[in-house]
Amino acid sequence: MGDSRRNSPTPHASLSRFSSGRAATLLERLPSAPGFWRSPVRGVGFTAVLGLVLLAGITLLFVTGLLSYAAYNPDLNPVNDKTPDKGLLGFYLFAWPTGPHWLYRLTQGLHVTVGIVLVPVLLAKLWSVVPKLFALPPVRSVGHALERISLLLLVGGALFEFLTGLLNIQLEYLFPGSFYPLHFYGAWVFFAAFLAHAGLRVPQAVRVLRSGGLSGKVRDDPLESPDPAGPTISRRGALAMVGAGSLLLLVTSAGRSFDGPARLLALLTPHGAAEPGSGPDGFQINKTAAAVGITTTETGEGWWLTVSGPAGNLRFTREQLLAMDQYSAALPIACVEGWSTSDQWWRGVRLSDLAALAGYPDRPPGVLVESVQRSGPFRRAALRDNQVRDPRSLLALQVNGEDLSPDHGYPARIIVPAAPGVLNTKWVGRLTFGEL
Amino acid sequence: MNRANPRTLVRRWYGEGTLHLVLMAASFALAGYAGVRLLAGDTLGVAVWFVGAALVHDLVLVPLYASADLLLRRCSGRRSGSVNYVRVPAFLSGLLLLMWFPLITRQAEHYEPYSGLSPDVFLGNWLLITAVLFLGSGLWLVFRTVRPRRSETKERPSASH
Repeated sequence: MGDSRRNSPTPHASLSRFSSGRAATLLERLPSAPGFWRSPVRGVGFTAVLGLVLLAGITLLFVTGLLSYAAYNPDLNPVNDKTPDKGLLGFYLFAWPTGPHWLYRLTQGLHVTVGIVLVPVLLAKLWSVVPKLFALPPVRSVGHALERISLLLLVGGALFEFLTGLLNIQLEYLFPGSFYPLHFYGAWVFFAAFLAHAGLRVPQAVRVLRSGGLSGKVRDDPLESPDPAGPTISRRGALAMVGAGSLLLLVTSAGRSFDGPARLLALLTPHGAAEPGSGPDGFQINKTAAAVGITTTETGEGWWLTVSGPAGNLRFTREQLLAMDQYSAALPIACVEGWSTSDQWWRGVRLSDLAALAGYPDRPPGVLVESVQRSGPFRRAALRDNQVRDPRSLLALQVNGEDLSPDHGYPARIIVPAAPGVLNTKWVGRLTFGEL
Repeated sequence: MNRANPRTLVRRWYGEGTLHLVLMAASFALAGYAGVRLLAGDTLGVAVWFVGAALVHDLVLVPLYASADLLLRRCSGRRSGSVNYVRVPAFLSGLLLLMWFPLITRQAEHYEPYSGLSPDVFLGNWLLITAVLFLGSGLWLVFRTVRPRRSETKERPSASH
Protein backbone atom coordinates (compact mmCIF):
# COMPACT_ATOMS: atom_id res chain seq x y z
CA MET A 1 0.00 0.00 0.00
CA GLY A 2 1.83 3.01 -1.23
CA ASP A 3 5.41 1.79 -1.65
CA SER A 4 7.06 3.39 -4.63
CA ARG A 5 10.48 4.32 -5.74
CA ARG A 6 11.57 7.89 -5.67
CA ASN A 7 11.83 9.48 -9.09
CA SER A 8 14.51 12.04 -8.29
CA PRO A 9 17.74 11.73 -6.34
CA THR A 10 17.91 13.36 -2.94
CA PRO A 11 19.56 16.81 -2.75
CA HIS A 12 22.59 15.60 -0.85
CA ALA A 13 23.20 12.94 -3.47
CA SER A 14 23.19 15.45 -6.32
CA LEU A 15 25.71 17.61 -4.46
CA SER A 16 28.35 14.86 -4.61
CA ARG A 17 30.52 14.15 -7.59
CA PHE A 18 28.74 12.63 -10.58
CA SER A 19 29.90 9.02 -10.06
CA SER A 20 29.35 8.96 -6.32
CA GLY A 21 26.08 10.78 -6.97
CA ARG A 22 25.09 7.89 -9.22
CA ALA A 23 26.11 5.44 -6.51
CA ALA A 24 24.15 7.34 -3.89
CA THR A 25 21.12 7.39 -6.16
CA LEU A 26 21.48 3.67 -6.65
CA LEU A 27 21.74 3.11 -2.90
CA GLU A 28 18.68 5.28 -2.45
CA ARG A 29 16.78 3.03 -4.85
CA LEU A 30 17.62 -0.15 -2.96
CA PRO A 31 15.21 -1.61 -0.40
CA SER A 32 17.90 -1.07 2.25
CA ALA A 33 17.36 2.70 2.02
CA PRO A 34 14.75 3.93 4.52
CA GLY A 35 13.32 6.18 1.79
CA PHE A 36 12.63 3.18 -0.45
CA TRP A 37 9.59 2.22 1.63
CA ARG A 38 7.12 5.04 1.24
CA SER A 39 3.74 3.76 2.39
CA PRO A 40 2.28 6.19 4.92
CA VAL A 41 0.33 3.29 6.43
CA ARG A 42 3.40 1.74 8.06
CA GLY A 43 4.08 2.66 11.67
CA VAL A 44 4.49 0.90 14.99
CA GLY A 45 0.82 1.58 15.86
CA PHE A 46 -0.40 -0.28 12.76
CA THR A 47 1.98 -3.18 13.40
CA ALA A 48 1.04 -3.26 17.10
CA VAL A 49 -2.68 -3.74 16.34
CA LEU A 50 -1.98 -6.60 13.93
CA GLY A 51 0.58 -8.08 16.34
CA LEU A 52 -1.85 -8.18 19.24
CA VAL A 53 -4.55 -9.80 17.07
CA LEU A 54 -2.00 -12.46 16.09
CA LEU A 55 -0.93 -12.89 19.71
CA ALA A 56 -4.46 -13.89 20.66
CA GLY A 57 -5.18 -15.79 17.43
CA ILE A 58 -1.98 -17.82 17.26
CA THR A 59 -2.19 -18.70 20.95
CA LEU A 60 -5.67 -20.10 20.22
CA LEU A 61 -4.31 -22.01 17.21
CA PHE A 62 -1.49 -23.47 19.30
CA VAL A 63 -3.76 -24.55 22.16
CA THR A 64 -6.42 -26.08 19.88
CA GLY A 65 -3.62 -27.75 17.90
CA LEU A 66 -2.22 -29.35 21.07
CA LEU A 67 -5.74 -30.45 22.00
CA SER A 68 -6.19 -32.08 18.60
CA TYR A 69 -2.91 -33.92 19.09
CA ALA A 70 -4.15 -35.17 22.47
CA ALA A 71 -7.50 -36.18 20.95
CA TYR A 72 -5.74 -38.85 18.88
CA ASN A 73 -4.55 -40.50 22.13
CA PRO A 74 -1.05 -40.93 20.65
CA ASP A 75 0.32 -42.31 23.93
CA LEU A 76 -2.24 -45.13 23.94
CA ASN A 77 -0.87 -47.30 21.15
CA PRO A 78 1.68 -46.95 18.31
CA VAL A 79 -1.11 -47.19 15.69
CA ASN A 80 -2.47 -43.84 16.90
CA ASP A 81 0.94 -42.20 17.04
CA LYS A 82 2.31 -40.50 13.92
CA THR A 83 5.06 -38.78 15.94
CA PRO A 84 6.74 -41.56 17.99
CA ASP A 85 9.84 -39.38 18.56
CA LYS A 86 7.88 -36.63 20.30
CA GLY A 87 9.74 -37.03 23.61
CA LEU A 88 8.91 -34.25 26.07
CA LEU A 89 6.68 -32.48 23.55
CA GLY A 90 3.92 -34.89 24.57
CA PHE A 91 4.32 -33.93 28.24
CA TYR A 92 0.74 -32.71 28.61
CA LEU A 93 -1.07 -35.66 27.02
CA PHE A 94 -4.19 -36.84 28.82
CA ALA A 95 -7.03 -39.27 28.25
CA TRP A 96 -9.26 -37.51 25.71
CA PRO A 97 -12.78 -37.31 27.15
CA THR A 98 -15.98 -38.45 25.43
CA GLY A 99 -18.02 -35.44 26.46
CA PRO A 100 -19.34 -33.03 25.50
CA HIS A 101 -19.89 -35.03 22.33
CA TRP A 102 -19.17 -31.97 20.15
CA LEU A 103 -15.82 -31.29 21.84
CA TYR A 104 -13.52 -32.18 18.93
CA ARG A 105 -15.93 -30.62 16.47
CA LEU A 106 -15.55 -27.34 18.38
CA THR A 107 -11.80 -27.39 19.05
CA GLN A 108 -10.80 -28.50 15.57
CA GLY A 109 -13.41 -26.31 13.85
CA LEU A 110 -11.90 -23.36 15.74
CA HIS A 111 -8.35 -24.44 14.91
CA VAL A 112 -8.90 -24.55 11.16
CA THR A 113 -11.45 -21.75 10.78
CA VAL A 114 -9.48 -19.29 12.92
CA GLY A 115 -6.34 -20.31 11.02
CA ILE A 116 -8.04 -19.50 7.71
CA VAL A 117 -9.37 -16.19 9.04
CA LEU A 118 -5.94 -15.13 10.36
CA VAL A 119 -4.18 -15.41 6.97
CA PRO A 120 -4.82 -11.77 5.91
CA VAL A 121 -3.76 -10.57 9.38
CA LEU A 122 -0.50 -12.52 9.11
CA LEU A 123 0.19 -11.23 5.60
CA ALA A 124 -0.53 -7.64 6.66
CA LYS A 125 1.70 -8.00 9.70
CA LEU A 126 4.57 -9.28 7.58
CA TRP A 127 4.02 -6.47 5.06
CA SER A 128 4.08 -3.88 7.83
CA VAL A 129 7.58 -4.87 8.99
CA VAL A 130 9.18 -5.84 5.67
CA PRO A 131 11.51 -2.76 5.60
CA LYS A 132 13.27 -4.17 8.67
CA LEU A 133 14.32 -7.22 6.64
CA PHE A 134 16.51 -5.02 4.42
CA ALA A 135 17.64 -2.49 7.04
CA LEU A 136 21.37 -1.77 7.29
CA PRO A 137 23.59 -2.73 8.96
CA PRO A 138 22.28 -6.31 8.73
CA VAL A 139 23.77 -7.16 12.11
CA ARG A 140 24.49 -4.68 14.90
CA SER A 141 25.50 -7.03 17.71
CA VAL A 142 25.50 -10.66 18.82
CA GLY A 143 22.05 -10.16 20.33
CA HIS A 144 20.75 -8.61 17.13
CA ALA A 145 22.15 -11.48 15.07
CA LEU A 146 20.42 -14.04 17.30
CA GLU A 147 17.17 -12.13 17.07
CA ARG A 148 17.35 -12.10 13.28
CA ILE A 149 17.86 -15.88 13.18
CA SER A 150 14.95 -16.20 15.58
CA LEU A 151 12.86 -14.04 13.24
CA LEU A 152 13.64 -16.43 10.38
CA LEU A 153 12.22 -19.24 12.53
CA LEU A 154 9.23 -17.01 13.33
CA VAL A 155 8.39 -15.98 9.77
CA GLY A 156 9.42 -19.26 8.16
CA GLY A 157 7.61 -21.16 10.90
CA ALA A 158 4.40 -19.16 10.57
CA LEU A 159 4.31 -19.55 6.79
CA PHE A 160 5.27 -23.25 7.05
CA GLU A 161 2.42 -23.92 9.49
CA PHE A 162 -0.21 -21.97 7.56
CA LEU A 163 0.95 -23.45 4.25
CA THR A 164 0.99 -27.08 5.41
CA GLY A 165 -2.40 -26.56 7.07
CA LEU A 166 -4.01 -24.93 4.01
CA LEU A 167 -2.59 -27.56 1.65
CA ASN A 168 -3.63 -30.45 3.90
CA ILE A 169 -7.27 -29.35 4.10
CA GLN A 170 -7.29 -29.08 0.30
CA LEU A 171 -5.93 -32.66 0.15
CA GLU A 172 -2.92 -31.35 -1.79
CA TYR A 173 -0.07 -33.27 -0.17
CA LEU A 174 2.85 -31.38 -1.73
CA PHE A 175 4.81 -30.98 1.51
CA PRO A 176 7.95 -33.07 2.14
CA GLY A 177 6.62 -35.83 4.38
CA SER A 178 3.59 -36.83 6.42
CA PHE A 179 1.40 -33.95 7.55
CA TYR A 180 1.28 -34.98 11.20
CA PRO A 181 4.99 -34.75 12.13
CA LEU A 182 5.55 -31.72 9.88
CA HIS A 183 2.68 -29.70 11.31
CA PHE A 184 3.29 -30.84 14.91
CA TYR A 185 7.07 -30.36 15.15
CA GLY A 186 6.85 -27.28 12.92
CA ALA A 187 4.34 -25.81 15.37
CA TRP A 188 6.78 -26.22 18.26
CA VAL A 189 9.65 -24.61 16.33
CA PHE A 190 7.35 -21.76 15.34
CA PHE A 191 5.90 -21.38 18.82
CA ALA A 192 9.38 -21.27 20.39
CA ALA A 193 10.24 -18.28 18.19
CA PHE A 194 6.74 -16.82 18.73
CA LEU A 195 7.18 -16.86 22.52
CA ALA A 196 10.51 -15.03 22.33
CA HIS A 197 9.09 -12.50 19.89
CA ALA A 198 6.01 -11.92 22.04
CA GLY A 199 8.18 -11.56 25.15
CA LEU A 200 10.29 -8.89 23.45
CA ARG A 201 7.57 -7.02 21.57
CA VAL A 202 4.24 -7.24 23.39
CA PRO A 203 5.21 -4.69 26.09
CA GLN A 204 6.24 -2.30 23.30
CA ALA A 205 3.02 -2.89 21.35
CA VAL A 206 0.86 -2.25 24.41
CA ARG A 207 2.84 0.90 25.25
CA VAL A 208 2.47 2.26 21.71
CA LEU A 209 -1.28 1.66 21.61
CA ARG A 210 -1.78 3.15 25.08
CA SER A 211 0.19 6.28 24.30
CA GLY A 212 -0.92 7.20 20.81
CA GLY A 213 -3.31 4.62 19.52
CA LEU A 214 -3.33 3.69 15.87
CA SER A 215 -2.85 7.08 14.22
CA GLY A 216 -0.99 8.90 16.98
CA LYS A 217 2.56 10.09 16.39
CA VAL A 218 5.23 7.91 17.96
CA ARG A 219 8.58 9.54 18.49
CA ASP A 220 11.40 7.86 16.50
CA ASP A 221 8.92 5.44 14.94
CA PRO A 222 11.24 2.85 13.34
CA LEU A 223 8.55 1.66 10.94
CA GLU A 224 7.31 5.03 9.72
CA SER A 225 8.58 6.08 6.30
CA PRO A 226 10.92 9.09 6.47
CA ASP A 227 9.58 10.19 3.09
CA PRO A 228 5.96 9.00 2.87
CA ALA A 229 4.06 9.00 -0.42
CA GLY A 230 0.74 10.79 -0.64
CA PRO A 231 -1.88 8.92 1.35
CA THR A 232 -4.38 6.79 -0.57
CA ILE A 233 -5.77 4.96 2.46
CA SER A 234 -5.66 5.71 6.19
CA ARG A 235 -4.24 3.27 8.74
CA ARG A 236 -7.75 2.70 9.95
CA GLY A 237 -8.82 2.06 6.36
CA ALA A 238 -5.98 -0.41 5.81
CA LEU A 239 -6.96 -2.29 8.96
CA ALA A 240 -10.57 -2.33 7.75
CA MET A 241 -9.37 -3.86 4.48
CA VAL A 242 -7.53 -6.62 6.35
CA GLY A 243 -10.62 -7.12 8.53
CA ALA A 244 -12.79 -7.35 5.41
CA GLY A 245 -10.48 -10.12 4.17
CA SER A 246 -10.89 -12.02 7.43
CA LEU A 247 -14.66 -11.52 7.39
CA LEU A 248 -14.93 -12.75 3.80
CA LEU A 249 -12.90 -15.84 4.69
CA LEU A 250 -15.05 -16.46 7.76
CA VAL A 251 -18.28 -16.23 5.75
CA THR A 252 -16.97 -18.52 3.00
CA SER A 253 -15.58 -21.16 5.36
CA ALA A 254 -17.39 -21.35 8.72
CA GLY A 255 -20.35 -23.22 7.17
CA ARG A 256 -18.23 -26.33 6.62
CA SER A 257 -18.82 -27.16 10.28
CA PHE A 258 -22.57 -27.58 9.76
CA ASP A 259 -24.98 -29.46 7.51
CA GLY A 260 -27.68 -27.78 5.46
CA PRO A 261 -27.76 -24.21 4.14
CA ALA A 262 -24.73 -23.11 6.21
CA ARG A 263 -22.49 -25.53 4.30
CA LEU A 264 -23.74 -24.19 0.97
CA LEU A 265 -22.53 -20.76 2.07
CA ALA A 266 -18.99 -22.11 2.56
CA LEU A 267 -18.39 -21.33 -1.10
CA LEU A 268 -14.63 -21.61 -1.23
CA THR A 269 -13.50 -24.21 1.26
CA PRO A 270 -12.92 -27.95 0.97
CA HIS A 271 -15.99 -29.90 2.09
CA GLY A 272 -17.95 -26.69 1.69
CA ALA A 273 -20.48 -25.59 -0.93
CA ALA A 274 -22.07 -29.04 -1.41
CA GLU A 275 -23.01 -32.36 0.16
CA PRO A 276 -21.80 -35.51 -1.58
CA GLY A 277 -25.33 -36.86 -1.83
CA SER A 278 -28.91 -36.52 -0.71
CA GLY A 279 -30.98 -38.62 1.66
CA PRO A 280 -30.10 -40.21 5.00
CA ASP A 281 -26.48 -41.00 4.08
CA GLY A 282 -25.84 -37.86 2.03
CA PHE A 283 -23.57 -36.23 4.62
CA GLN A 284 -19.83 -35.54 4.25
CA ILE A 285 -17.34 -38.35 3.59
CA ASN A 286 -13.65 -38.27 4.52
CA LYS A 287 -12.61 -41.07 2.17
CA THR A 288 -14.97 -42.91 -0.14
CA ALA A 289 -14.96 -46.71 -0.34
CA ALA A 290 -13.68 -46.52 -3.90
CA ALA A 291 -10.74 -44.29 -2.91
CA VAL A 292 -9.37 -46.91 -0.50
CA GLY A 293 -10.22 -49.92 -2.63
CA ILE A 294 -13.16 -51.26 -0.63
CA THR A 295 -15.46 -53.39 -2.77
CA THR A 296 -18.22 -55.93 -2.12
CA THR A 297 -15.51 -58.62 -2.10
CA GLU A 298 -14.50 -57.38 1.38
CA THR A 299 -17.87 -56.19 2.63
CA GLY A 300 -20.38 -58.48 0.91
CA GLU A 301 -21.76 -61.88 1.95
CA GLY A 302 -18.34 -63.15 3.04
CA TRP A 303 -17.86 -60.41 5.65
CA TRP A 304 -17.84 -61.20 9.33
CA LEU A 305 -16.67 -59.40 12.44
CA THR A 306 -14.04 -61.00 14.68
CA VAL A 307 -14.19 -60.01 18.34
CA SER A 308 -11.15 -61.07 20.40
CA GLY A 309 -10.56 -61.13 24.13
CA PRO A 310 -10.18 -63.54 27.03
CA ALA A 311 -13.25 -65.40 25.72
CA GLY A 312 -11.39 -66.23 22.51
CA ASN A 313 -12.03 -65.26 18.91
CA LEU A 314 -15.74 -64.83 18.23
CA ARG A 315 -17.23 -64.38 14.79
CA PHE A 316 -20.40 -62.46 14.00
CA THR A 317 -22.23 -61.95 10.74
CA ARG A 318 -24.08 -58.69 10.17
CA GLU A 319 -27.40 -60.46 10.82
CA GLN A 320 -26.13 -61.71 14.18
CA LEU A 321 -25.02 -58.18 15.10
CA LEU A 322 -28.42 -56.80 14.08
CA ALA A 323 -30.06 -59.42 16.31
CA MET A 324 -28.26 -58.04 19.40
CA ASP A 325 -29.58 -55.16 21.53
CA GLN A 326 -29.47 -52.05 19.31
CA TYR A 327 -28.79 -48.59 20.74
CA SER A 328 -28.88 -45.11 19.25
CA ALA A 329 -26.55 -42.13 19.56
CA ALA A 330 -26.71 -38.71 17.89
CA LEU A 331 -23.09 -37.87 17.11
CA PRO A 332 -21.19 -35.79 14.53
CA ILE A 333 -18.27 -36.69 12.30
CA ALA A 334 -15.52 -34.12 12.96
CA CYS A 335 -12.39 -34.22 10.83
CA VAL A 336 -8.88 -33.00 11.63
CA GLU A 337 -9.27 -30.94 8.43
CA GLY A 338 -11.72 -28.75 10.34
CA TRP A 339 -14.97 -29.72 8.64
CA SER A 340 -17.66 -31.54 10.54
CA THR A 341 -21.23 -32.72 10.14
CA SER A 342 -24.14 -31.96 12.38
CA ASP A 343 -25.26 -34.81 14.67
CA GLN A 344 -26.23 -37.94 12.74
CA TRP A 345 -28.50 -40.58 14.22
CA TRP A 346 -26.38 -43.73 14.48
CA ARG A 347 -27.74 -47.13 15.50
CA GLY A 348 -25.86 -50.31 16.36
CA VAL A 349 -24.27 -52.42 19.09
CA ARG A 350 -22.61 -50.85 22.13
CA LEU A 351 -18.85 -51.36 22.28
CA SER A 352 -19.22 -52.23 25.98
CA ASP A 353 -21.66 -55.04 25.06
CA LEU A 354 -19.14 -56.44 22.58
CA ALA A 355 -16.44 -56.17 25.27
CA ALA A 356 -18.66 -58.20 27.59
CA LEU A 357 -18.95 -60.93 24.95
CA ALA A 358 -15.14 -60.84 24.56
CA GLY A 359 -14.73 -61.59 28.26
CA TYR A 360 -14.91 -58.20 29.99
CA PRO A 361 -18.37 -58.13 31.59
CA ASP A 362 -17.61 -54.99 33.58
CA ARG A 363 -15.04 -52.18 33.42
CA PRO A 364 -13.90 -53.08 29.89
CA PRO A 365 -10.40 -52.08 28.75
CA GLY A 366 -9.49 -50.35 25.49
CA VAL A 367 -9.88 -51.88 22.06
CA LEU A 368 -7.78 -52.16 18.94
CA VAL A 369 -10.01 -51.65 15.90
CA GLU A 370 -8.97 -52.99 12.51
CA SER A 371 -10.60 -52.17 9.21
CA VAL A 372 -10.78 -54.52 6.25
CA GLN A 373 -9.18 -51.62 4.36
CA ARG A 374 -5.78 -52.89 3.17
CA SER A 375 -3.78 -49.65 3.29
CA GLY A 376 -4.01 -46.17 4.72
CA PRO A 377 -2.56 -44.51 7.82
CA PHE A 378 -5.58 -45.12 10.06
CA ARG A 379 -6.75 -48.55 8.92
CA ARG A 380 -6.04 -49.56 12.53
CA ALA A 381 -6.90 -47.37 15.51
CA ALA A 382 -6.89 -47.80 19.28
CA LEU A 383 -9.68 -46.58 21.58
CA ARG A 384 -9.13 -45.97 25.28
CA ASP A 385 -11.17 -47.59 28.05
CA ASN A 386 -13.19 -44.41 28.68
CA GLN A 387 -14.20 -44.42 25.02
CA VAL A 388 -15.24 -48.10 25.10
CA ARG A 389 -17.23 -47.58 28.32
CA ASP A 390 -19.25 -44.59 27.07
CA PRO A 391 -22.79 -45.87 26.33
CA ARG A 392 -22.88 -43.74 23.17
CA SER A 393 -19.85 -45.52 21.67
CA LEU A 394 -21.24 -47.90 19.06
CA LEU A 395 -20.31 -50.34 16.42
CA ALA A 396 -22.84 -48.64 14.12
CA LEU A 397 -24.77 -50.65 11.55
CA GLN A 398 -27.23 -47.97 10.50
CA VAL A 399 -27.36 -44.21 10.21
CA ASN A 400 -30.38 -41.91 10.04
CA GLY A 401 -32.74 -44.89 9.82
CA GLU A 402 -31.03 -46.70 6.93
CA ASP A 403 -28.26 -49.26 6.58
CA LEU A 404 -24.82 -47.63 6.35
CA SER A 405 -23.80 -46.79 2.80
CA PRO A 406 -20.47 -48.20 1.52
CA ASP A 407 -18.89 -44.72 1.79
CA HIS A 408 -19.93 -44.43 5.44
CA GLY A 409 -18.49 -47.81 6.39
CA TYR A 410 -20.95 -50.62 5.52
CA PRO A 411 -21.22 -53.25 6.94
CA ALA A 412 -20.12 -51.77 10.33
CA ARG A 413 -18.22 -48.77 11.63
CA ILE A 414 -17.09 -47.28 14.92
CA ILE A 415 -18.68 -44.09 16.23
CA VAL A 416 -17.33 -42.57 19.45
CA PRO A 417 -18.40 -39.25 21.00
CA ALA A 418 -15.89 -36.37 20.74
CA ALA A 419 -13.28 -38.48 18.92
CA PRO A 420 -11.48 -37.24 15.77
CA GLY A 421 -13.05 -38.61 12.57
CA VAL A 422 -10.22 -41.00 11.70
CA LEU A 423 -10.67 -42.88 14.99
CA ASN A 424 -14.25 -43.69 13.90
CA THR A 425 -12.96 -46.59 11.83
CA LYS A 426 -15.06 -47.64 8.81
CA TRP A 427 -15.47 -51.15 7.33
CA VAL A 428 -14.50 -52.75 10.67
CA GLY A 429 -13.26 -56.37 10.45
CA ARG A 430 -11.78 -57.02 13.89
CA LEU A 431 -12.07 -55.75 17.46
CA THR A 432 -9.39 -56.83 19.95
CA PHE A 433 -10.27 -55.93 23.54
CA GLY A 434 -7.51 -55.85 26.13
CA GLU A 435 -4.58 -53.88 27.48
CA LEU A 436 -3.18 -51.89 24.58
CA MET B 1 31.50 2.27 34.58
CA ASN B 2 31.51 -0.72 36.89
CA ARG B 3 33.26 -3.49 34.96
CA ALA B 4 32.16 -6.21 37.34
CA ASN B 5 28.45 -5.45 36.89
CA PRO B 6 27.12 -8.45 34.93
CA ARG B 7 24.36 -6.36 33.38
CA THR B 8 26.86 -3.97 31.90
CA LEU B 9 28.95 -6.87 30.65
CA VAL B 10 25.96 -8.45 28.91
CA ARG B 11 25.04 -5.13 27.36
CA ARG B 12 28.58 -4.56 26.12
CA TRP B 13 29.34 -8.01 24.71
CA TYR B 14 25.85 -9.02 23.70
CA GLY B 15 24.37 -5.70 22.62
CA GLU B 16 20.96 -6.26 24.22
CA GLY B 17 19.57 -6.64 27.74
CA THR B 18 19.73 -9.74 29.92
CA LEU B 19 16.05 -10.58 29.35
CA HIS B 20 16.77 -10.67 25.61
CA LEU B 21 19.59 -13.17 26.15
CA VAL B 22 17.45 -15.39 28.40
CA LEU B 23 14.52 -15.37 25.96
CA MET B 24 16.75 -16.17 22.99
CA ALA B 25 18.45 -19.04 24.82
CA ALA B 26 15.14 -20.56 25.92
CA SER B 27 13.61 -20.09 22.47
CA PHE B 28 16.52 -21.67 20.59
CA ALA B 29 16.71 -24.58 23.00
CA LEU B 30 13.02 -25.41 22.48
CA ALA B 31 13.20 -24.75 18.73
CA GLY B 32 16.25 -27.00 18.56
CA TYR B 33 14.53 -29.81 20.44
CA ALA B 34 11.56 -29.72 18.06
CA GLY B 35 13.69 -28.81 15.03
CA VAL B 36 15.78 -31.98 15.23
CA ARG B 37 12.54 -33.97 15.06
CA LEU B 38 11.14 -31.80 12.27
CA LEU B 39 14.24 -32.38 10.17
CA ALA B 40 14.47 -36.12 10.97
CA GLY B 41 12.69 -37.19 7.78
CA ASP B 42 13.41 -35.37 4.53
CA THR B 43 15.95 -32.95 6.04
CA LEU B 44 16.68 -30.95 2.91
CA GLY B 45 13.05 -30.85 1.79
CA VAL B 46 11.82 -29.55 5.13
CA ALA B 47 14.62 -26.97 5.38
CA VAL B 48 13.85 -25.76 1.86
CA TRP B 49 10.15 -25.46 2.69
CA PHE B 50 10.78 -23.71 5.99
CA VAL B 51 13.32 -21.14 4.79
CA GLY B 52 11.91 -21.05 1.26
CA ALA B 53 8.46 -20.05 2.54
CA ALA B 54 9.97 -16.94 4.16
CA LEU B 55 12.15 -16.13 1.13
CA VAL B 56 9.38 -16.61 -1.42
CA HIS B 57 7.05 -14.45 0.67
CA ASP B 58 9.55 -11.63 1.21
CA LEU B 59 11.28 -11.65 -2.17
CA VAL B 60 8.50 -12.75 -4.53
CA LEU B 61 5.01 -12.29 -3.09
CA VAL B 62 5.55 -8.88 -1.44
CA PRO B 63 7.33 -7.31 -4.47
CA LEU B 64 4.66 -8.80 -6.73
CA TYR B 65 1.66 -7.30 -4.95
CA ALA B 66 3.52 -4.08 -4.13
CA SER B 67 4.27 -3.64 -7.86
CA ALA B 68 0.67 -4.39 -8.76
CA ASP B 69 -0.41 -1.75 -6.24
CA LEU B 70 2.11 0.77 -7.63
CA LEU B 71 0.83 0.14 -11.15
CA LEU B 72 -2.71 0.61 -9.95
CA ARG B 73 -1.88 3.94 -8.30
CA ARG B 74 -0.05 5.15 -11.41
CA CYS B 75 -3.10 4.27 -13.52
CA SER B 76 -5.60 5.90 -11.19
CA GLY B 77 -3.94 9.31 -11.65
CA ARG B 78 -4.62 12.24 -9.35
CA ARG B 79 -7.77 11.10 -7.63
CA SER B 80 -5.87 9.21 -4.97
CA GLY B 81 -8.93 8.03 -3.02
CA SER B 82 -10.52 6.34 -6.01
CA VAL B 83 -7.72 3.74 -6.14
CA ASN B 84 -9.36 1.89 -3.24
CA TYR B 85 -12.42 1.04 -5.33
CA VAL B 86 -10.14 -1.28 -7.32
CA ARG B 87 -7.58 -2.05 -4.61
CA VAL B 88 -10.01 -3.49 -2.03
CA PRO B 89 -11.92 -5.92 -4.30
CA ALA B 90 -8.67 -6.90 -6.03
CA PHE B 91 -7.05 -7.61 -2.65
CA LEU B 92 -10.02 -9.69 -1.46
CA SER B 93 -10.26 -11.65 -4.69
CA GLY B 94 -6.48 -12.18 -4.83
CA LEU B 95 -6.44 -13.36 -1.23
CA LEU B 96 -9.06 -16.02 -1.98
CA LEU B 97 -7.15 -17.15 -5.08
CA LEU B 98 -3.86 -17.35 -3.16
CA MET B 99 -5.37 -19.45 -0.36
CA TRP B 100 -7.49 -21.82 -2.40
CA PHE B 101 -5.28 -22.04 -5.49
CA PRO B 102 -5.14 -25.88 -5.54
CA LEU B 103 -8.94 -26.14 -5.37
CA ILE B 104 -9.76 -23.26 -7.73
CA THR B 105 -7.30 -24.45 -10.39
CA ARG B 106 -8.32 -28.12 -9.84
CA GLN B 107 -4.75 -29.13 -8.92
CA ALA B 108 -5.93 -30.99 -5.82
CA GLU B 109 -6.32 -34.34 -7.54
CA HIS B 110 -7.24 -36.27 -4.38
CA TYR B 111 -10.20 -34.03 -3.63
CA GLU B 112 -12.84 -35.68 -5.82
CA PRO B 113 -11.98 -39.37 -5.28
CA TYR B 114 -11.52 -38.95 -1.51
CA SER B 115 -14.49 -36.73 -0.65
CA GLY B 116 -16.94 -37.67 -3.39
CA LEU B 117 -17.33 -33.94 -4.04
CA SER B 118 -16.68 -32.16 -7.31
CA PRO B 119 -13.94 -29.51 -7.21
CA ASP B 120 -15.41 -27.91 -10.32
CA VAL B 121 -17.60 -25.57 -8.26
CA PHE B 122 -14.70 -23.60 -6.80
CA LEU B 123 -13.53 -21.79 -9.95
CA GLY B 124 -17.08 -20.64 -10.63
CA ASN B 125 -17.63 -19.63 -7.02
CA TRP B 126 -14.39 -17.64 -6.96
CA LEU B 127 -15.30 -15.85 -10.18
CA LEU B 128 -18.79 -15.09 -8.84
CA ILE B 129 -17.42 -13.73 -5.55
CA THR B 130 -14.93 -11.62 -7.52
CA ALA B 131 -17.73 -10.28 -9.72
CA VAL B 132 -19.87 -9.42 -6.68
CA LEU B 133 -16.92 -7.67 -4.99
CA PHE B 134 -16.12 -5.49 -8.01
CA LEU B 135 -19.80 -4.82 -8.69
CA GLY B 136 -20.35 -3.81 -5.07
CA SER B 137 -17.28 -1.57 -5.20
CA GLY B 138 -18.51 0.02 -8.44
CA LEU B 139 -21.96 0.70 -6.99
CA TRP B 140 -20.36 2.20 -3.89
CA LEU B 141 -18.22 4.45 -6.13
CA VAL B 142 -21.31 5.63 -8.03
CA PHE B 143 -23.13 6.21 -4.74
CA ARG B 144 -20.20 8.23 -3.36
CA THR B 145 -19.92 10.34 -6.54
CA VAL B 146 -23.62 11.13 -6.58
CA ARG B 147 -24.09 11.83 -2.86
CA PRO B 148 -21.85 14.94 -2.45
CA ARG B 149 -23.91 16.77 -5.11
CA ARG B 150 -27.09 16.05 -3.18
CA SER B 151 -25.62 17.18 0.10
CA GLU B 152 -24.41 20.34 -1.63
CA THR B 153 -27.95 21.15 -2.80
CA LYS B 154 -29.28 20.36 0.65
CA GLU B 155 -26.74 22.59 2.33
CA ARG B 156 -27.51 25.59 0.13
CA PRO B 157 -30.62 26.82 2.02
CA SER B 158 -28.92 26.47 5.39
CA ALA B 159 -25.94 28.40 4.05
CA SER B 160 -28.20 31.35 3.19
CA HIS B 161 -29.34 31.79 6.78
